[in-house]
Amino acid sequence: MINESVDKSKRQFLTTALTVVGAVGTGYLAVPFLSQMQPSVKAMAAGAPVEVDISKIEEGQLIRVAWRGKPVWVLQRSPETLETLKTLDGQLRDPQSEESNQPTSSKNSVRSMKPEIFVAVGLCTHLGCSPTFRPEVAPHDLGADWKGGFFCPCHGSWFDLAGRVYKGVPAPTNLEIPPYRYITETLIIVGEEEKAA
Amino acid sequence: MNIKPTRLRMCGNWVLERFPLAQVWNEHMAHYYAPKNFNFWYFFGSLALLVLVNQFVTGILLTMNYKPDAKLAFDSVEYIMRDVNWGWLVRYMHSTGASAFFIVIYLHMFRGLLYGSFKQPRELIWIFGMLLFVALMAEAFMGYLLPWGQMSYWGAQVIISLFSAIPVIGDDLSLWIRGDYVISDATLNRFFAFHVIAVPLVLVLLVFMHIVALHEVGSNNPDGIDIKKSKDPWGHPVDGIPFHPYYTVKDVVGVAVFMLFFATVIFYMPEMGGYFLEHANFIPADPMKTPEHIAPVWYFTPFYSILRAIPDKFAGVIGMGGSIVVLFLLPWLDRGKVKSIRYRGGIYKKALMLFVISFIALGYLGTQPVTPLATMMARIFTAIYFGFFLLMPIYTRWEKLKPVPNYLTMQPTLEERIPDMIAVFNEVVETESVTTDTGVTVSKKRFNPTGAKNVLIRTAKNLKESLD
Repeated sequence: MINESVDKSKRQFLTTALTVVGAVGTGYLAVPFLSQMQPSVKAMAAGAPVEVDISKIEEGQLIRVAWRGKPVWVLQRSPETLETLKTLDGQLRDPQSEESNQPTSSKNSVRSMKPEIFVAVGLCTHLGCSPTFRPEVAPHDLGADWKGGFFCPCHGSWFDLAGRVYKGVPAPTNLEIPPYRYITETLIIVGEEEKAA
Repeated sequence: MNIKPTRLRMCGNWVLERFPLAQVWNEHMAHYYAPKNFNFWYFFGSLALLVLVNQFVTGILLTMNYKPDAKLAFDSVEYIMRDVNWGWLVRYMHSTGASAFFIVIYLHMFRGLLYGSFKQPRELIWIFGMLLFVALMAEAFMGYLLPWGQMSYWGAQVIISLFSAIPVIGDDLSLWIRGDYVISDATLNRFFAFHVIAVPLVLVLLVFMHIVALHEVGSNNPDGIDIKKSKDPWGHPVDGIPFHPYYTVKDVVGVAVFMLFFATVIFYMPEMGGYFLEHANFIPADPMKTPEHIAPVWYFTPFYSILRAIPDKFAGVIGMGGSIVVLFLLPWLDRGKVKSIRYRGGIYKKALMLFVISFIALGYLGTQPVTPLATMMARIFTAIYFGFFLLMPIYTRWEKLKPVPNYLTMQPTLEERIPDMIAVFNEVVETESVTTDTGVTVSKKRFNPTGAKNVLIRTAKNLKESLD
């Protein structure tokens, strides 16, 4: 009986208004809470370029350097290796590196500035394991189709010695090539692009 | 006669007038009526709770000496193992407890598949249980990073990279999870926070909801019959018995047997041949080099196999996530009208058998290196895994069901089975009286091939019959 005379619209308005204010406040509070999990200023500042002396690398040898906490490979390839690379295009997913990540100076079939010296980030483009360097041809465990390259032990992705991914493996793109440039004939710096001429 | 209450009773009453302790106890223990025919498969719920308590106690002790810092973490674990009093015991109880948790939970979930415990009206119990399973996987995964060994590092690298496969937001999301461009001190520190505070809280909350939902609708049983349908004059189910003391006592037996196995592992094989604690994790994390052979801990390997089997990054991640999502949908995929496998048709039994085989096979393949043959096998078993769930709405409709009894059935006890077992023994063994040179007559027992053949044929026939 009394209900009929009660005007609930004001109450309803206040409830709704309070709910909206509360939701907006929660939203604002979520911003600092969520963004404090982003990389800190210190983490973003880390990652200075690294110099690599390549004068002592022998043919077929691979060295690893750390850049931004990631492994970077520098490999000296032999002329035979470069010949083999040319024959593989049909088995590769992206032989011309159209969809892969590299500086323009390395966007070619051998994926490097100088054909013999191959520089790459040593992390599989699938789920970020560091593939193993398997330069030998047709080893027992990888079978007769193996022409030398990088094999990811985590999920079985195959890359050739130019870091190009084979077809039918989980990795979607070729290995990433970091920005790098030659300071002298035997010294490269990883993390800096070739200066525009 | 007026009996004066003791002081203890007065104290007790003081509490009871202010807190409904007796009511909670009665509702969930003393007056909670559970079906009287719980068998072996019903140990694992209470065992899961026991392992959870074990993880809490040992986990708290471990945090007292562990350092969540990329420079100190690995050494602090070694410090716990070598220099902290009984540190090795606490750590092995925690690491073995993690594996034990998954063994118990997998058996607990399998029980649900056997007896249709996920079916109406227990769908929400199953959903809460699945959420618990997912939270448990998150807990185990983040805990595995903390020792900061090679497997910790590269395992985390792989799993966090899974998120980067999500289109558009993937890269930002994985960056946000890591808190750095690579797995680093920031990642370790936040995983520690999640592992010891956030996820345990979620686990406790979900366990609470799982049990509240269970006690609302009542427990299922090996016959899959609703015991509330037939009640005695006092309103209790005729086929029910109070949880306490009947099942508390029964569960104590389960606990004792479980602890026997648990202690054996802790004291004699804490690494379990590299399955509970992987060998590569005794090498400190090296961001430059992935171990030659990397595999997750055994309880993740079935899902890991599915990921590896699919030759496409995004599809692989979808497949792996999907293999867990389909489990959530189980109550709605299964159209069978009967709960328990005892009265279900042969087609479900066969499908379940294939599923179990494929789950174990995927688990095994996930521990092995990738070879072309292994990849092909993994693809076949992945197809069976998904086939079990996705074809379920079709094949469960074809089931030829058996009549379901109105009351619970009781299986013969071990004692009642002894005469049958003796009969089988006598059939397989031939007794012969032989008089030796010294004139003594002895009875010699010999293996009887025809008898053994008969027993085998009979067993095979029974098996075939039970699968039809």
